Amino acid sequence: MNAFLQEVLTPGSIVQLATLASLIASVNFGVVGTYVVARRITYIAAAIAHSVLAGIGFAVFARAHFGWDWCAPVLGAIVAAVISAIIIGYVSLYLREREDTIISVVWAVGMSAGLLFLYYSPGFNGNLESFLVGSILYIAPADLWIMGALGLVVVLLCLFFYNPLMAVCFDEEFARLRGVNVPLYYMLLLILTSLSVVLLVQLAGIVLAIALIVLPAAAGLHATGKLWHAMCLATVLAMIQSTLGIAWSYTVEIPAGPAIILLSAASYLAVFGWKWWQSLRAASSLPIRS
Amino acid sequence: MAAAIEFRHASFRYREVSVLMDVSLRVAEGECVAMIGPNGGGKSTLLKLALGLLKPDSGSIQVFDHAPHTGCRLIGYVPQHLHFDPKFPITCMEVVLMGRLDRLPWWGRYPAADREAARETFRRVGLSGLEERPFAALSGGQKQRILIARALCTEPRLLLLDEPTANVDLTVEERFVELLEELRQKVTIVLVTHDLGLVERLTDQVICVNRRVHRHRVSDLDGETLRQIYSAELREQHFAPCDHEVSGPGTPPA
Repeated sequence: MNAFLQEVLTPGSIVQLATLASLIASVNFGVVGTYVVARRITYIAAAIAHSVLAGIGFAVFARAHFGWDWCAPVLGAIVAAVISAIIIGYVSLYLREREDTIISVVWAVGMSAGLLFLYYSPGFNGNLESFLVGSILYIAPADLWIMGALGLVVVLLCLFFYNPLMAVCFDEEFARLRGVNVPLYYMLLLILTSLSVVLLVQLAGIVLAIALIVLPAAAGLHATGKLWHAMCLATVLAMIQSTLGIAWSYTVEIPAGPAIILLSAASYLAVFGWKWWQSLRAASSLPIRS
Repeated sequence: MAAAIEFRHASFRYREVSVLMDVSLRVAEGECVAMIGPNGGGKSTLLKLALGLLKPDSGSIQVFDHAPHTGCRLIGYVPQHLHFDPKFPITCMEVVLMGRLDRLPWWGRYPAADREAARETFRRVGLSGLEERPFAALSGGQKQRILIARALCTEPRLLLLDEPTANVDLTVEERFVELLEELRQKVTIVLVTHDLGLVERLTDQVICVNRRVHRHRVSDLDGETLRQIYSAELREQHFAPCDHEVSGPGTPPA
């Protein structure tokens, strides 16, 4: 643990970069994750996370074949995520009965396209695992700036449009009657989700990203009855969990993504258990009428 | 007087099934009208057409001389079903403030005046003190009153209520009737209900909706006859669609 603390405080060290990255992303887990869980669109976030592989694959492919060195995997990931968000958003707004089918299709096609792009990229060293389960310990300082900018934009938009977004999540029909442009806000929410997913894919990989969006927010929502309280609580929880997770992974040399997620799951269960215990206590302290 | 709602020969079909046929209907501003009819007769569709949530296949609809999708801002709508997540983390105040969404300033926070107006509607529906309570923690009747408060918070010229007493007990219903009696002095009210007792207490204007729409005035009839006619008519409607002529106000039901 002491070794971890020393590393964290060393400027520019891998552990410091990883910790900073996870702290930045925690704000996204908290704010966007809370909307996603409250609106019950976690499966949409999962589909977007998986479809991101198409963008990553294309970026790697384009670098190898067309010499597009500017085409970083994260750029491909952003484009793929936004495109999937728009497709899913359009389908769920206008062709509601086919929503689940399209989500599965986007999920599978995105992954397949990505795998094929990677297969045909000669320069690719075959380290697919880092995309799938994350590579937080390979974060470069430049990534940190991109993550920071992306995170800031997402969080500012979420806070700025807090009231209309909440209304659209809670009661779409009434929001529409009050002149709120429901399709626009729903699309905005999906795009913000997709951008956050890209951040999380950097940290925890495609497969595990969804757990990071869902778990802290679910814990926050379980503990409070107000959306922005849940956002704050989820953010703080995510910060603590990811820092501890990185410390754990560094100390005993295990992958960071799974370590963070197991801690998140543990704290979700703790919140759940605490609420349950509280409700039991409240029930037992009720006055008994004879 | 201006028309709050005006349908001219409007028809609506849902996938080849005709839901409403050739509806011509006028609700004048200041009126209080009940809407009755069997389930599946098209009452909710009629409301959704007036709100601009659905578009008629033919004919025209106007709300305060506007197209429904703009005129709907003048309507305070109380939906029948809570078709949103019952566990959604939102306080009662936040629900009621949704009524002010259309005047939300660009910085996205409700001004103090809006909050004060919202608190006033809590007083009107008798739920002062529940402002910060999670919406999910309320009883069915309280939720219903919060939705009415939300509709009132829009400062509507027309209040559309879709079966507001379907899930509430008698005491709540009693208070609800008092509230409506007070409100009808100020706003136009269209109330969808199956409760003929409620209709009797509030209005003598009844719109019967069963694929076709016709309107009755029943003020000349005593309570007992009224009950008989309407229960018979309702029973009849369950078996056969209303196919009698559209009757204007002032024509007593045959």
